[in-house]
Amino acid sequence: MAGSAAIRSKPASAKTAPKPIEKSSAGPLEFSRDQELSAYREMLAIRRFEEKAGQLYGMGLIGGFCHLYIGQEAVVIGMQMAMKPGDQVITAYRDHGHMLACGMAARGVMAELTGRGGGYSRGKGGSMHMFSKEKHFYGGHGIVGAQVSLGTGLAFANHYRNNGSVSMVYFGDGAANQGQVYESFNMAELWKLPVVYLIENNRYAMGTSVSRASSQTDFSKRGLAHGIPGEQVDGMDVRAVKAAGAKALEFARSGKGPYILEMQTYRYRGHSMSDPAKYRSKEEVQKMREEHDPIEQVRGRLLRGKIATEDDLKEIDAKVRAVVNEAAEFASHDPEPDPSELWTDITL
Amino acid sequence: MAINILMPALSPTMEQGKLSKWLKKTGDSIRSGDVIAEIETDKATMEVEAVDEGVLGSILIAEGTDNVPVNTPIAVILADGEDASAAPAPKAASAAPAPVAAPAVVTAPAALPAASAPASSEIPAGTEMISMSVREALRDAMAEEMRRDETVFVMGEEVAEYQGAYKVTQGLLAEFGPRRVIDTPITEHGFAGLGVGAAMTGLRPIVEFMTFNFAMQAIDHIINSAAKTLYMSGGQMGCPIVFRGPNGAASRVGAQHSQDYAAWYSAVPGLKVVAPYTAADYKGLLKSAIRDPNPVIFLENEILYGQSFEVPKLDDFTVPIGKARVHREGRHVTLVSFSIGITYCIKAADELAKEGIEAEIIDLRTIRPMDTETIIASVKKTGRCVAVEEGYPQCGVTAEIAMRVMEHAFDYLDAPVMRVTGKDVPMPYAANLEKLALPNVGEVIAAAKATLYR
Ligand SMILES: Cc1ncc(C[n+]2csc(CCOP(=O)(O)OP(=O)(O)O)c2C)c(N)n1
Ligand SMILES: [Mg+2]
Repeated sequence: MAGSAAIRSKPASAKTAPKPIEKSSAGPLEFSRDQELSAYREMLAIRRFEEKAGQLYGMGLIGGFCHLYIGQEAVVIGMQMAMKPGDQVITAYRDHGHMLACGMAARGVMAELTGRGGGYSRGKGGSMHMFSKEKHFYGGHGIVGAQVSLGTGLAFANHYRNNGSVSMVYFGDGAANQGQVYESFNMAELWKLPVVYLIENNRYAMGTSVSRASSQTDFSKRGLAHGIPGEQVDGMDVRAVKAAGAKALEFARSGKGPYILEMQTYRYRGHSMSDPAKYRSKEEVQKMREEHDPIEQVRGRLLRGKIATEDDLKEIDAKVRAVVNEAAEFASHDPEPDPSELWTDITL
Repeated sequence: MAINILMPALSPTMEQGKLSKWLKKTGDSIRSGDVIAEIETDKATMEVEAVDEGVLGSILIAEGTDNVPVNTPIAVILADGEDASAAPAPKAASAAPAPVAAPAVVTAPAALPAASAPASSEIPAGTEMISMSVREALRDAMAEEMRRDETVFVMGEEVAEYQGAYKVTQGLLAEFGPRRVIDTPITEHGFAGLGVGAAMTGLRPIVEFMTFNFAMQAIDHIINSAAKTLYMSGGQMGCPIVFRGPNGAASRVGAQHSQDYAAWYSAVPGLKVVAPYTAADYKGLLKSAIRDPNPVIFLENEILYGQSFEVPKLDDFTVPIGKARVHREGRHVTLVSFSIGITYCIKAADELAKEGIEAEIIDLRTIRPMDTETIIASVKKTGRCVAVEEGYPQCGVTAEIAMRVMEHAFDYLDAPVMRVTGKDVPMPYAANLEKLALPNVGEVIAAAKATLYR
């Protein structure tokens, strides 16, 4: 189908084989026993939550768009292990994992997904729009790329207040092509703002692979013109994420300005719930699941290192499932918002 | 415990689908994440993944079954070691474990199956009509114009290989190739400006926005670059470009994805703004828009995409921009609306008819330039007017209609003009609140009666 006059920046062959995930050059990768266990528990909590959300969507309890984070869990959990209290998080619509990682309650998130009064936005936001001032989570944004300027603004406020906090700004490989990203990069470097840009490269923006949309597919280099350092990280290995995250956060916190981490990761599920998935092969998904799954990697280490037994892990799974089931139960029975809520929170 | 697998909903607007294929058979063991079946909707074929683990106890809906309602049990999973007798017997959909307090899905106002708009002068008498969805009508309009004029091309996010996020550009890549059907990066401001630049040289771009919500990234180019160039260049250089895509609320997609821009763009000189309702109008007006030498904002509606209407079978059917259409004749009250707003008017008119009130429905089709003449002619006849839109009340299209009626037919009015609009709030996500935020048929009926002092 590729005509010779086609608008294509790459030969067709360049788009097919995703390159292997590279190892980060950052620090030591060893996790302590407690860190391994905690990473396992936290990632599993996101996975089980998302599986349940997918199920509730199928039952018609969740409507509209619902973007699942399954496969990408190591990114937010690794960063969470590296950040300090007070550091802010902002992301797009694929936000359930980020909220759980920030310590937001599963039931409040799930009830927002079902549009109930007990949800974080009292049912008015939905899957894509949740916030928690208390947990320093600034949303939950539906416009691709918008969170990058907003997140740079969070960093501006940290700088202005000189409070020592760093803003962690998550966005996708697709979002990385929006113009406002580069306007933000320029200001962040110009003013040395404390921000870490986390490009979650899951290889696709909806049905478009990175090589079909990007002239520079090494996202760690996207800040070079502005003098912003960056690096590629194996975003399926929670230890690599934590190590790179710690380094980048330290850099930003010390007043040196922004830092870019390209998290090489993968989403197993469709873009949202209705996704014919014709743009990638089943084998590609299967291979990622079998060879790079972030949770299986930790699980393997836990068992091989005799840190935990199968029974211990079953017990963790049971506890995680109990929390998720309780959240789903709540989210299914909690009443819808009161009709008067239609007219509240518009202006103060 | 045996677990029923239910027919899943895979999109905000899906109510039923076809179970096209089983990939697992009775007795197979199932792990969470396994693909167990394929289902088809009007938009796509999709895979059903298992969430629960166990053994496939029984299949309740055979492959190839059409129109399986969402939430019908389609199979039963047994826990490992469980006896197949634990599987509940196949049951009717009504016996499915009802999702607790499932929020009422705001369903698309049902299309009158192949609604036949009163024959208009645009369609020669005796023309053969075929039933066609709005989605197909749009695709055909683009394909016909691309065949006719080599300078026409379409660009946007997911328009080519993915066949359109809402499948509107289906098949265009195969016919016209990647030179003329172009997938863009997610860079609305950039590709809108690029399109305007190309149009300044005389190419005729069709720029698809995945939805008009994302055109806000590009609105500077639409207004500052596209709308004003002809004027600023003293008439030397126009901008023959179409910006198209779904506009307005879909279903449960929240505040940032549910906005109606009809009033916004209609405020700008230099633009034409089109927002049709029937498939025939979508087709005829899109063809006119592509041929128009000016920038045209072509507002579609996602909920209407799947609805079918009669479309004339003509080699080259166009509908003029700037002409409203009388969708239904009546003598007691004039209902003026456009796009999906017409669905509220039709239902209201049906109800009003039961009480002996004959409502005339005017489908504006074009918001700018607005066909004042057709509105005024109707209001002079009925003496009463209700304007309806899903957008906001303040400075809305309905506000403009009311003003024009005052300017041109004040002396003919027997009652003040009324309007029914979306509520003056960002669109909420919760099902009950979303329903309240949108206009409804009851409000149109009440407004019509108010103008009749009934
Ligand atoms: C400005 C804008 N344009 C288009 C969209 C529609 N859209 C939603 S998500 C998406 C793909 C984004 O991909 P990426 O940034 O890689 O994030 P991912 O979904 O992979 O997490 C698109 C095109 C949007 N929401 N906002
Ligand atoms: Mg992506």
